[in-house]
Amino acid sequence: MDDTPSVGLSERQYFTFAVDEPMPLDSGETLGPITLAYETYGQLNAERSNAILILHALSGDAHAAGVNADGKPGWWDDCIGPGKAFDTDQYFVICSNIIGGCQGSTGPSSVNPQTGKPYGLQFPVITIGDMVRVQHHLIDYLGIEKLLAVVGGSMGGMQTLQWTVSYPEQVCAALPLATTARHSPMLIALDEVGRQAIYADPNWNRGDYYDGPRPNTGLALARMIGHITYLSEESMHQKFGRRLDKREHFGYDFDTDFAVEGYLRYKGSRFTERFDANSYLYVTKAMDYFDLSNGHGSLEAAFANSAHVMYLVVSFTSDWLYPTYHSKEMVSALTCVGADVTFCNLQSTWGHDAFLLEVDTMTHLISDFLDRVVAEHGINLQPAPMALSLPHTASVERSVA
Amino acid sequence: MNDANNSSLRADLHAIAELIRPGEKVLDLGCGDGTLLRHLTDMHQITGRGIEISEPGVLACVRKGLSVRQGNLEEGLSDYPDGSFDTVILSQTLPYLNHPAFIIREMLRVGRRAIVSFANWGHWRCRLSLLLTGRAPMAPGLPQPWHAAPRARPLTVHDFSDFCAQQGMRITTEIYLAGERRITTRRAKNLQATIAIFELA
Repeated sequence: MDDTPSVGLSERQYFTFAVDEPMPLDSGETLGPITLAYETYGQLNAERSNAILILHALSGDAHAAGVNADGKPGWWDDCIGPGKAFDTDQYFVICSNIIGGCQGSTGPSSVNPQTGKPYGLQFPVITIGDMVRVQHHLIDYLGIEKLLAVVGGSMGGMQTLQWTVSYPEQVCAALPLATTARHSPMLIALDEVGRQAIYADPNWNRGDYYDGPRPNTGLALARMIGHITYLSEESMHQKFGRRLDKREHFGYDFDTDFAVEGYLRYKGSRFTERFDANSYLYVTKAMDYFDLSNGHGSLEAAFANSAHVMYLVVSFTSDWLYPTYHSKEMVSALTCVGADVTFCNLQSTWGHDAFLLEVDTMTHLISDFLDRVVAEHGINLQPAPMALSLPHTASVERSVA
Repeated sequence: MNDANNSSLRADLHAIAELIRPGEKVLDLGCGDGTLLRHLTDMHQITGRGIEISEPGVLACVRKGLSVRQGNLEEGLSDYPDGSFDTVILSQTLPYLNHPAFIIREMLRVGRRAIVSFANWGHWRCRLSLLLTGRAPMAPGLPQPWHAAPRARPLTVHDFSDFCAQQGMRITTEIYLAGERRITTRRAKNLQATIAIFELA
């Protein structure tokens, strides 16, 4: 039995908007209606100033903490809960599933109201900016004028940075972790190999597969490539070495010989149970388009209005997917504009996954940093009287088109 | 968290703190665990920023509620705009730098003034130790043998004065400490001082 403190049973909630008038997207297309799946933990304070928005990575979802009805723990349960890095006794924590995703929010597997069938490739291509625009509607709906903090790792970090550029006046602090301000050619290349794996699966059928067999082989392969990039050479040595997988000797065949092969096959196949191949295409595409300096000329220019935001930037020494120089680049740009930026390049052997695994160090770093944000912004963490709580926290869909 | 106890601050840090005016913007290079920045924030209401190379140092600074950036001073301060600080401090870090002239010039670009403190190998004990034992002396307050990392390059008060003259850096204040005590006599400072603090502009 695990007796660590937890937020307990978490409930997925839904918010629907852009019903009458679709929302414009960066591509020039529009999308509507849009539903967001989200979860919240902790209580809003009287001044509604203690809200922290958690932004998930490629395969994450709204279920960040606690256990859901299926008994599954949230993906960042180590860091969200009473006494944890994001202390739910002090903060009101929100996490929503991105648009384009497949875990409750509108995405390519959702039904297109025009046709009555899943969107498939009819779904418009979305960007990190679009994801953030949609989250902004949710924050508005929840009655929060200014977020105490936005935080995320990897693709969640891209959304975090985007928040401070799109809505600088509505953010006190930002914590971009193990991330980048622009996707590098290597990242685009790796994403493209993953997408090609899906395109090459005959079941993909140009995205039109919801009535038949799914392109699970392609999606699993894409995920296997992804998992390699989340590890480091050192962590692979530690985790697997050259150990064999359920075998005493080499098989001299093409079944699984090595533990690392078994791990990748398992992770790939498990992924197909919870993730939609089209979503994988859309979300990786959104990451590839991400370049914060787009339309600004430079990263410094992009951050020009964000100088008042307090940043905690964290990179990890063994992360070769988003190496430290990516973080240093954003730290330099933020320093140039005079922002208050704390930067730490943490020693870790875990590769990109370190932002989820280095729990002890991250807990101290994050909670100490948030203490300072609360102090400098004079936030009163007193809880709200019951009557002042959320508009409708039950799972009702409300349209605020 | 608030360190209101003046006497607990090391004598050299206290001497630096006395040069800081309330409300200044201060950058501390090689800020260690943030003791000086925390003190300056509490006692002089400064806006402080630190740069520190070690992870434990950075984490200690964040714990103290400071804004700190992990980095190597040798990379320079190029992303800090000209004149963005009132004071840039280099406390007890000088002997470890490969390019001191470059960094002090950067300090004077980024700040209105620079404060540099260092242990003085010109102290009479160092001289006597070399003369009598024939072994490289350790600087006062820096009990570090010659082979320990990070490697320190010994310098004296005279060395630094000469250096400033060569580099055209104007010395505006000099403070000399013999242990905890401030030296007020005008003569033989290089013999008496264990630590020197220079303000440059």
